[in-house]
Amino acid sequence: MFKILQRTIATGIVTKAYPAEPAQVSAHFRGRPHFDFERWQDAQPAADVCPTGAISLRDEGDSRRVIVDYGLCVFCGLCAEASSDQAVLITEEFELATPNRHNLILTAGYTLNPDRTHRRLETVRGGSGNVEADAESVGQKARETIHKVLGRSLAIREVDAGSCNGCEVEIVALNNPIHDIERFGIQFVASPRHADMLLVTGPVTRNMELALLKTYRAMPEPKVVVAVGACGISGGIFGENYASLGGVDKVLPVDVYIPGCPPRPQALLYGILLAVGRLGEKTLR
Amino acid sequence: MSTFFETLQQRFAALIQSMSAEHDEEVYLLVTDPDIRALAEYLRGEFEARLVTVFAEDRRSAEGVFHNYYVFERKGDARYLIVRTPVRADHPEFPSLSAELPAVNWQEREIQDWFGLKAVGHPNPRRVALHDNWPDIHPLRKDFVLETVLPPFEGERHIYRPALGEGVFQVPVGPVHAGTIEPGHFNFAVAGEPILYLQLRMFYTHKGTEKLFEKLPVHKAVFLAESISGDSSFSHGTAFCQAVERAAQMEVPLRARIMRTILLELERICNHVADIGAIATDVGFVVANAHASRLKEMLVSVNEQLTGNRLLRGMICVGGVRRNWNAVQLVSLRATLDAFASEFQDLVVLIDSSESTRDRLEQTGVLLPEKAKALGIVGVAGRASGMDLDVRRDHPYAAYGRYPFRVPIYQVGDVSHRMQVRIDEVKESLGIIRSAADEGLHGEFRAQVPPIPADRCALSAVEGWRGEIIHWIRTGPDHHLERCKVKDPSLNNWPALVEAVQGNIIADFPVINKSFNLSYSGTDR
Repeated sequence: MFKILQRTIATGIVTKAYPAEPAQVSAHFRGRPHFDFERWQDAQPAADVCPTGAISLRDEGDSRRVIVDYGLCVFCGLCAEASSDQAVLITEEFELATPNRHNLILTAGYTLNPDRTHRRLETVRGGSGNVEADAESVGQKARETIHKVLGRSLAIREVDAGSCNGCEVEIVALNNPIHDIERFGIQFVASPRHADMLLVTGPVTRNMELALLKTYRAMPEPKVVVAVGACGISGGIFGENYASLGGVDKVLPVDVYIPGCPPRPQALLYGILLAVGRLGEKTLR
Repeated sequence: MSTFFETLQQRFAALIQSMSAEHDEEVYLLVTDPDIRALAEYLRGEFEARLVTVFAEDRRSAEGVFHNYYVFERKGDARYLIVRTPVRADHPEFPSLSAELPAVNWQEREIQDWFGLKAVGHPNPRRVALHDNWPDIHPLRKDFVLETVLPPFEGERHIYRPALGEGVFQVPVGPVHAGTIEPGHFNFAVAGEPILYLQLRMFYTHKGTEKLFEKLPVHKAVFLAESISGDSSFSHGTAFCQAVERAAQMEVPLRARIMRTILLELERICNHVADIGAIATDVGFVVANAHASRLKEMLVSVNEQLTGNRLLRGMICVGGVRRNWNAVQLVSLRATLDAFASEFQDLVVLIDSSESTRDRLEQTGVLLPEKAKALGIVGVAGRASGMDLDVRRDHPYAAYGRYPFRVPIYQVGDVSHRMQVRIDEVKESLGIIRSAADEGLHGEFRAQVPPIPADRCALSAVEGWRGEIIHWIRTGPDHHLERCKVKDPSLNNWPALVEAVQGNIIADFPVINKSFNLSYSGTDR
């Protein structure tokens, strides 16, 4: 017993102050790819290498729409390697969680040269700057209600609806002394009957759909659903097939989406705090 | 070829059609009949060969038949022996080996479910990979479309064997469990506290992975391989890339192989230290887990330094690795390992000195060596029960041939020894990484990938932190794959859990389960 105490005292406090202080990430960390649409001369190579179709092109005659979906992105960095014009840069940003699925989608319209490279950038849409005001305020209201009812404490029931277990590895890390989610009065609980938040990783498999629905129904109101990771948001690399239904919102209403593959613990924390109205949302540009 | 193959050819002249060595790592034995029971028994008896895995392939359009593949390994021979048998399309049956070889029980049933080939004489031919309420489909047949939308479920999901007797009752658990873990369904038959019998239903996270491999170009499929089992991203990624590299007959630069070795061992240490903490938690020693998870964070930060991702994702590629390391990164690797090593030793002492913890771990969840052998248990769980297997030593890949290391083997097979294997392996891994990092990395870290010829087969094995991972591929045109078979060690090892829990109390189930810590997603794919 004495040894245990001695060890604990010698170790001291190791918990990081995020989000009060910025997270320390390695200089090599791959966060959000940033797209300089003005500079981008050709999106084709990036679209070709993207493993999940997070970058897709719609060409019509001499015009092109480039659609970037952070909800599909696995943050592999291949798009930056494939774009020789430095138009795609990998940043350290990871605070990407948002209540609105559309906020994760950017669309750029180009006119094309005869060799199919971009001649001129015509339009850029998307990010939270562009979302219909009503939808946004409804979400905000819901979060305020939740904040009012639940106060500052929160009980989370996690459900793996078919993930590879990568997201679970990072969710479990929220309980370690470094990230220590309990300092926010947030804890993971065993029963959905005790839970305010359903934290779901996916894709939702055909075999897990019913279990997910039953868990959701067992939770008391008000309740929040958070979809975690590329698979939870959109089905990720698995997409939709005979065994996979795709993202969590195919089955349940989702309140907040947390991109990542997997999202690092601070990104999860950011999304969870956002979902219960304890943090403001950042705008993607 | 050696006398071994001559002996085989003489003895089974009528059965063996031809023999070919596609690569140094594997020898194919093409036989004319799906019945290889005599051959298998001979290999196991005479040469103590181990049946590594069994899988099937739909070759009806190219060759008019299905193929079954039986992968064997022999002690002291680094090559795998792969026996290929034809299974007729108009008579889709093959004789089961499961009665003599319980190790392939699940794998033969998987062939039944996914290919619609009947394992004749299987002692328990019920479905395993498709739940009982799935329609009668065989998703890995070529004429099944990946995107097929199936009708709603009908009927019972699982049909369990009844457990009868006075005071006997059944406790269903899952698929959603109390903690943050993967889904699966356990049905315990208990008499009072002790567990009489455990029935498992897995494949809740089945997401069509093997079928999806047939659709993606190779460079994208690498990311799918990384998502087979999230805590083994780098091991599965490496297994996949090695298979493609062998099929393309390309050399991977030494520097890349050394870097892979370092990352494979980092993945092992990360998971082992997390498991040691989790085992302590499951017997109530939470403080030990606080330290273990803190130590794991140290390593995960290094992972991010070295690969840009905490789980080592996005680093492996066909031909090598995607990024080089500079001196700063290597210094930080060494410094972290030094700090980790001394703290890890403290953690081991902390756990060892807690008698109440040891008391809960010793003689709990025993898997006897003879059971482990019969069930074909691999990896950490196997080595704690006398199975002297380690792909790194027996079939060297990456740069493992360059660094000596000890493979810990114990005979006791309880939770305590599954933990001890992990403790020993962490120490060995630290040695491997240090030797590898000291090599002074020179040369290319990534080779140009040549055009990958179609219709090449290749097998690749990696000792993931859980155990033996196998990927087998057949290439197709345009850098696509015709087939990718994935065998996670968990697929071998789930039946071990059934053995190990018998006679233990339900309250000890979590710690026994954790001591195996099998991958659900790796099993279900």
